[in-house]
Amino acid sequence: MPMTENGEFRPLIVAFCCNWCSYAGADLAGSSRLSYPADVKIIRVPCSGRVNPMFILRAFERGADGVIICGCHPGDCHYTSGNYFARRRMTLLFSMLDYIGVENGRTRVEWVSAAEGAKFSATMNEFVEKIKSLGENVRLGDLRCKD
Amino acid sequence: MQGLIDRLSALLSDGTVARVLGWKKGDMPYNPEPHMFETAESLKDFVYDGFCGANLSKMMIEASKLEGKTAVCLKPCDSYSFNQLIREHRVDRENAYIIGVGCRGKLDIDKARANGIKGIEEVSGTELDGPDSVSFKTIYGDKEMSYSDLLLGRCHVCKGKEHMIYDELWGESKDTADSERFDEVKALEAMSPAERFEFFKKELSKCIRCNACRNVCPACSCRKCAFDNNNFDSQQKANVDSFEEKMFHIIRAFHVAGRCTDCGECSRVCPEGIPLHLFNRKFIKDIDELYGEFQAGKDPEAQSPLTDYTFEDCEPGIVAERSNG
Amino acid sequence: MYKISLDNINSLFAAIAESKELFLPVKKAGQANYANWTEDCEVALDSLKTVKSPKDAFFPQFETLYKVNRKIIPTDASEEEGSETLVETKLRTKLEITPTELKDKDFVVFGMKSCDVKGIEALDKVFLTDPVDNFYKARREHGIIVALACHEPEESCFCTVFGVDPADPSKAKADVATWIVDGELYWKAISEKGEELTKSVASLLSDAADDAADAEISNITNIMTKLPNTKLSLEGWGEGKTDEKFNSEVWNELYKPCLGCGTCTFVCPTCQCYDIKDYSTKDGIQRYRCWDSCMYSDFTLMAGGQNRTSQVQRFRQRFMHKLVYFPDRYGMYSCVGCGRCVDKCPQSLNVVKVIKAFENEKKEAGANV
Repeated sequence: MPMTENGEFRPLIVAFCCNWCSYAGADLAGSSRLSYPADVKIIRVPCSGRVNPMFILRAFERGADGVIICGCHPGDCHYTSGNYFARRRMTLLFSMLDYIGVENGRTRVEWVSAAEGAKFSATMNEFVEKIKSLGENVRLGDLRCKD
Repeated sequence: MQGLIDRLSALLSDGTVARVLGWKKGDMPYNPEPHMFETAESLKDFVYDGFCGANLSKMMIEASKLEGKTAVCLKPCDSYSFNQLIREHRVDRENAYIIGVGCRGKLDIDKARANGIKGIEEVSGTELDGPDSVSFKTIYGDKEMSYSDLLLGRCHVCKGKEHMIYDELWGESKDTADSERFDEVKALEAMSPAERFEFFKKELSKCIRCNACRNVCPACSCRKCAFDNNNFDSQQKANVDSFEEKMFHIIRAFHVAGRCTDCGECSRVCPEGIPLHLFNRKFIKDIDELYGEFQAGKDPEAQSPLTDYTFEDCEPGIVAERSNG
Repeated sequence: MYKISLDNINSLFAAIAESKELFLPVKKAGQANYANWTEDCEVALDSLKTVKSPKDAFFPQFETLYKVNRKIIPTDASEEEGSETLVETKLRTKLEITPTELKDKDFVVFGMKSCDVKGIEALDKVFLTDPVDNFYKARREHGIIVALACHEPEESCFCTVFGVDPADPSKAKADVATWIVDGELYWKAISEKGEELTKSVASLLSDAADDAADAEISNITNIMTKLPNTKLSLEGWGEGKTDEKFNSEVWNELYKPCLGCGTCTFVCPTCQCYDIKDYSTKDGIQRYRCWDSCMYSDFTLMAGGQNRTSQVQRFRQRFMHKLVYFPDRYGMYSCVGCGRCVDKCPQSLNVVKVIKAFENEKKEAGANV
């Protein structure tokens, strides 16, 4: 388990960010000099609707402790409806993960526009804290990726 | 049953259909197999009794590509699957002649085995108009069990006796539901996450990845499955890590979410008796609660909830809110 | 012959497990399968057939063959340090290959039925003839088989057709033969390994008459003659029947309900095909092998798309292999009549139906002459 020097748990967070809103929001957070933890690894996707449930499971498989999906606000999708589909899919998938006993705090969807650098940074700070409190992901992961 | 055979052979003889998709007598009293009958003469081996649990609608994907019409025997719950396949343009309605056969619930031979019945030589009382109890003649003595105790798990939450689609009907149907459809799911939801995790771990660790659940599923009709991909280092053939059994079953259930009619074939065929319908039924329950009641296969024109949306849809955060109370 | 009361059987398991791994039928979530014995497990000695056969003990469904890890060489490392297992790459890293260690500890497989023991004989033919499979060989050398007579055989059983004696496991190639009669387990060592195991648990066993199991043996033998599938005839199968059977029209009808799933293959005690794959972990690769099924569409798939392209070919392959090719090559059938496929096929297809279909074809052909 990765730890900081003072023995604090450092989670691995995967953030799927849509190209048009959230990724630009992350950029804005950077250029506004707003900080968010380096534990968050951003993967840029064309649209939140591109996020296949397999991506999320795959992130957990390879050692992620939390997965967050960021997309355009409902109504603002660059492709008109991608985030609406994502919203339904992710709701069902998260419900299923909760159902098989995976802590429901490990997954989240947040809508972040290109103008919301502050929201991006605040969301990530909050999510990392949440995952830190949940600790290491042991219920959903492939042990082969851990040794 | 003779009436059905006569009708089918009449359909074959007068050229209405070119073949009949039904069940053929097995070599044991309880193992009929799906079969394509091409001649009226071959129908002597046709059988329709309590053990004809197999859902034939998936076989219509290939059969409806053949020259001429195929008569297919569908039970009420199979007709939902057939409708769903029409919705997905996987079967050609014009090439099917649907005989809606009556059903009073289908039987699970494992229920008899679990009750200590073995060495079975003969079984009687399984026909559609048969009695309420099934008699077994075994080499270890005669046994009897009530028809309802022998029913497949899915029949206890029967969707009803109506056929959703048919050209003609044969035989009386009976609604065999005697428990609430979502009771099992609710019981699991009431458990703590740790208990649920243990439950699924225990069940899924039995999975041998034979893929029977996928191959029998009428909703799993992709020409090439996402799991049959060689460039993908998760195995389709073995659960090397406990993660893989979870991933396979979650993704499989997800891929059929909104399309699964809850026909229960996955649980019926699982050699390890894993209650796979619990995944699908959870999705159905969530869809019903969050996006309005929806029964896949009821209406071939209806829009599937996962290819639809509204502006007011709930946010994914609802999952945590509901679950954490 | 020795005996031990079934009330006491857990102390026997505990005694064996003290020095050896113990693998036996365990019931989990309603199904019996072979698993390691633990004090709180639910042992299912009364289960006639486990879902999966015990071949897992010798040929597990998956096993890692070796691991490859990337090792970053510290900048001050001298050039001579590289051992033979290290392959130098252009980066300042080396690949370290760690083969999985072969089995080196004795283990006991308890409660194997005669048909499953015969199944291991079929695996031996494949894995112990040149080229020898070292992983399998090591397990065979360290495995001690305690076979158990089949108390009440069921209608799907037809092992006698393949010359298996379910009543008397001392005729099987096991190390110890046992019978359960009236709450007692009777125990008879039949090989050197078996004698040694007997010695190690001798304090728990008491003496029994040599004919204590005779009544049970004749009882089981008698039941077997009544079972429907034991009258199956293998005439027309076996060595040299390839041409006759391969081109038969019967296959074209027979395969139709087949789903192309791997149930029959994975529950079968003699199926031995496997696939070897690499799994990329965070900083390395694990090469592993897992069972494969000839029923799967990607079985031995090649870039050009060759090998069996239709389900009828795959279906034919499985049964031809068991009943014709295997006898051709090794002089024995690779079906042992355990009947698991009879019980488990989702579409009720199985090896018995295949054999019967050809019998019927012959009869019909005869009638037409």
